[in-house]
Amino acid sequence: MAPPASPDPSDPDHASLRGAVAEPAGGAGTTSNGVAAGALAARAGAAAGEVLTVLPMHRALGLTDDELAEVEQVLGRQPNHLELALYAVMWSEHCSYKSSRVHLRRLPTEGDRVLVGPGENAGVIDAGDGIAVAIRIESHNHPSAIEPTQGAATGVGGILRDIFTMGARPVAVMDPLFFGDPQEARQRWLVEGVVAGISGYGNSVGVPTVGGELTFDPTYAGNPLVNVLCMGVLPVERLVLGRASGPGNLAVLLGSTTGRDGIGGVSVLASAGFGGEDEAAAAKRPSVQVGDPYEEKRLIEACLELLEAKLVVGIQDLGGAGLVCATSETAARGGVGMDVDVTAVPRREPGMEPYEVMTSESQERMLAIVTPEDLPRVEEVCRRWEVRAAVVGRVTEPDASGVGHLRVLDGFGGTVLADVPARSLSDEAPLYHRPLARPVDLDARLADDPGALPAPQSCTEDLLSLLADPSWVYRQYDHQLFLNTVEGPGGDAAVLKLAAPGLPPSERGLALATDSNPRWCALDPRSGTAAAVAEAALNVACAGARPTAVVNCCNFGNPEHPEVMWQLSEAIDGMAEACRALGLPVVGGNVSLYNESAGDDIDPTPVIGALGVVDRLRARPPGVTLREGSSVVLLDAGPEPAAGARPSLAGSRWAVERRGHRNGTPPRLDLAAHARLVSFVADLVAEQVGGGGGQVPLLDGVHDVSGGGLGVALAELVVHSGIGIVAGGISDHHDLFAETPSRVLVCTPRPAEVAERASAAGVRFTVLGTAGGDRLVLGDVVDVPVVEAQEAWRGTLPALLDEWVPTPT
Amino acid sequence: MAPRVGVVVFPGSNCEHDVVQVVRSLGAGAELVWHHQGSLGGVDAVVLPGGFAHGDYLRPGAIARFAPVMEAVARFAAEGGPVVGICNGFQVLTEAGLLPGALQKNRGLRFVCATIDVEVATDRSVLTAGVTPGTRLRLPVNHFEGNYTCDARTLAELRDEDRIVLRYVDNPNGSVDDIAGVCNAGRNVVGLMPHPERACDPLLGSADGKVLLDALLGADVTH
Repeated sequence: MAPPASPDPSDPDHASLRGAVAEPAGGAGTTSNGVAAGALAARAGAAAGEVLTVLPMHRALGLTDDELAEVEQVLGRQPNHLELALYAVMWSEHCSYKSSRVHLRRLPTEGDRVLVGPGENAGVIDAGDGIAVAIRIESHNHPSAIEPTQGAATGVGGILRDIFTMGARPVAVMDPLFFGDPQEARQRWLVEGVVAGISGYGNSVGVPTVGGELTFDPTYAGNPLVNVLCMGVLPVERLVLGRASGPGNLAVLLGSTTGRDGIGGVSVLASAGFGGEDEAAAAKRPSVQVGDPYEEKRLIEACLELLEAKLVVGIQDLGGAGLVCATSETAARGGVGMDVDVTAVPRREPGMEPYEVMTSESQERMLAIVTPEDLPRVEEVCRRWEVRAAVVGRVTEPDASGVGHLRVLDGFGGTVLADVPARSLSDEAPLYHRPLARPVDLDARLADDPGALPAPQSCTEDLLSLLADPSWVYRQYDHQLFLNTVEGPGGDAAVLKLAAPGLPPSERGLALATDSNPRWCALDPRSGTAAAVAEAALNVACAGARPTAVVNCCNFGNPEHPEVMWQLSEAIDGMAEACRALGLPVVGGNVSLYNESAGDDIDPTPVIGALGVVDRLRARPPGVTLREGSSVVLLDAGPEPAAGARPSLAGSRWAVERRGHRNGTPPRLDLAAHARLVSFVADLVAEQVGGGGGQVPLLDGVHDVSGGGLGVALAELVVHSGIGIVAGGISDHHDLFAETPSRVLVCTPRPAEVAERASAAGVRFTVLGTAGGDRLVLGDVVDVPVVEAQEAWRGTLPALLDEWVPTPT
Repeated sequence: MAPRVGVVVFPGSNCEHDVVQVVRSLGAGAELVWHHQGSLGGVDAVVLPGGFAHGDYLRPGAIARFAPVMEAVARFAAEGGPVVGICNGFQVLTEAGLLPGALQKNRGLRFVCATIDVEVATDRSVLTAGVTPGTRLRLPVNHFEGNYTCDARTLAELRDEDRIVLRYVDNPNGSVDDIAGVCNAGRNVVGLMPHPERACDPLLGSADGKVLLDALLGADVTH
């Protein structure tokens, strides 16, 4: 890393930085954002306290001219350089959601069980029995694109802090991952690095990773997506919110020292796209933070002990935008002010400037608000866990007009380096109504149906090529810690016992699933997003859980492209419709924009995480498996197909992955009918999981039909169980691969009983065939030995990622 | 009176609560023993649980072996007290010289978390007393450094003295002679990579670990 700029005017680096600052306003924008922002931000620190007269800097820091004007209006004067740096990070897209907030308001966020909705560090629902569940999802896309191992690792670290900030012990992580074509060496490097980062950090910090998704598609080649969902549990009465209160209370910084890593992470890295040049990406590498799971583990234990002993008034993690974010948010939420002594912040290296200390994204740090009387006990707990604790701030009274100020001081009682209304940083960022435009080529794409594609020469071969066992990934994650994992990764949903040290006893369980449907979203973001919500809800229902709440991670392209904003707006509407129809409040979310490379936006990829509560978890859910001799039955609540029409292949894995055909109108989703199916399946499985259903269980296996259609769902039942299926009613590749929504396969020894109950619930019921034997036989179109299907399934990822050899040219 | 088990906690340990929970469910007492403690407080058996003691810095167990509690553990072991190291605990015991050999990175250089089959190789240890050799158990493994290795002489000794406690049926990590667990010459100190505490509840998929922990709790306390 280049030596940091020094305020010493004789320093040659500094002189060159002055040159950069002196350039006309447009100049900074013509160089790489990372370099320019770093250089100019260094200058901001050097000149802290000095009134700014020439302003090329705000742009390099990521603020527009209008935003600068707004800062001036808020302050009633021109900001100094340090203040400008604070606004630049806090008003970044990443921190302020300035492009998406006007749309996110359309989501339903209320429900009987919601204790905390969006806007806090995590959403919290009441799971019953005096236990609350905190859940959040985040993206760490850009850091992972540049430095996959640390990018993914710090993604895990960051979201864990969000969860234990609420007073919850993190008990499960899930990672939806999206990469480009693994035939490319760079993509394999990214997969390997990201999985190693999640594995290395998650396993070591001691939180099980219980599921996720792995998607390969060329749309992610220049900008992979690394999303992380975390769930934690807590006794309801321990719920704490990230707010400061009580003037005179102390702000104590816990955990790691503060270094120069991650400066500009939220603004330079997360709120701008990739140009596509390798050097630019390399220049941004210093903006990626470096994680230390051992520090985090001790921090978790210390914080939970502090919370348990009621030694903190409020607590907040330090993530994006570091100390400025944590102090201004806690102060703003508490309606108070805060004085921060930058000199009191323990530092990793000498010579750091105030703006560096305030905006550093060094990992594994928390800010606790503590009464002066409790400080000695807080310090004692921290000592025991070998966690550093330093008083860096004081809660202050709001001014005469009720405004709480964030003041950055050079020592308590020393020079005031910055003085801004705390709320103006966190809550008063500009809101943009960015222009929306439906893509001009969309109608042509929707009309280009894949139905005209020639049928496969061998449906069996196409089917086998769509099978992939994700265990290559999840075998690298500890998914069993805490003795809660009833159903780990690889099925429709993870199922956990609702238990942790310190929780009241409970017979309940939790089910968790993440889903996305970028193939549909590319064609119809509204129905694609609704379909992702629908699938996530159905997945948790397959585990016997009642879907209770969702979180979302909206991964989109550049919001300055009107087509991207249209996609986002449509996706939010689709999500809102589906959530309302299924009675699911949205309790949290994350918006990741600027996922683009060399001007190309990724396909819209909203990821939905669904949380379900199992009322009584006494037996394992049936899962993705079969029993010899039982019937294989399709439960179906989708729209009735028109007479003579073949099921649509638009947006299907088969059309996209086998034929490279990405167009057409995706199948229709009937949300009301889907809600009936979800509720029917949840009831059916819940009965069995709850210990009812008599000696012989009604269900031997359950699996929803999703990517890859009926063919892949049936094949997955076969490869998981090692038992064959002979089924009819499948006459061609449309039947096999169409991804018609609202369908579930069950394996049952008592089909008549299931049929009766399905009919009462308004769900269609078809016996497809029987489980048994050593072949998968589907009508006249598929016939393959079980072992061959298993080999294909198990071999896919190792062949791509372990045994890859270049194709001879 | 029901035996009391001390479960040692290093900063970075993460399976301590799991072991406590299971030991209690089997009818014994369990208490956490902090790494700074110089005494074990009169417990009847000691478990070093899984996790990443001291972040696995340097290498697993390399720093934990210097913790004050390890002197107490060594004394307890020398007096014949039952000591079991699970996963990271096994690594600590080898680093501390209480068990021979070392655990190196897995063959294939990847972390492995899976439920696999092991075979009980001897009933002459505090963890397998009363369990018929050849019994197959389905147990979770969860480690990056589980590849047991030792020099040829030690291996011959382990074999000759019947000190290989568990063997993998399908070796997941490259361990020499498929070794999943070994014991000391006194047979009262056992290290194993699989997690028996993760397999004590049919709801979690296997209860095969109970037979091992039951053996430990029933161990003849002669020290």
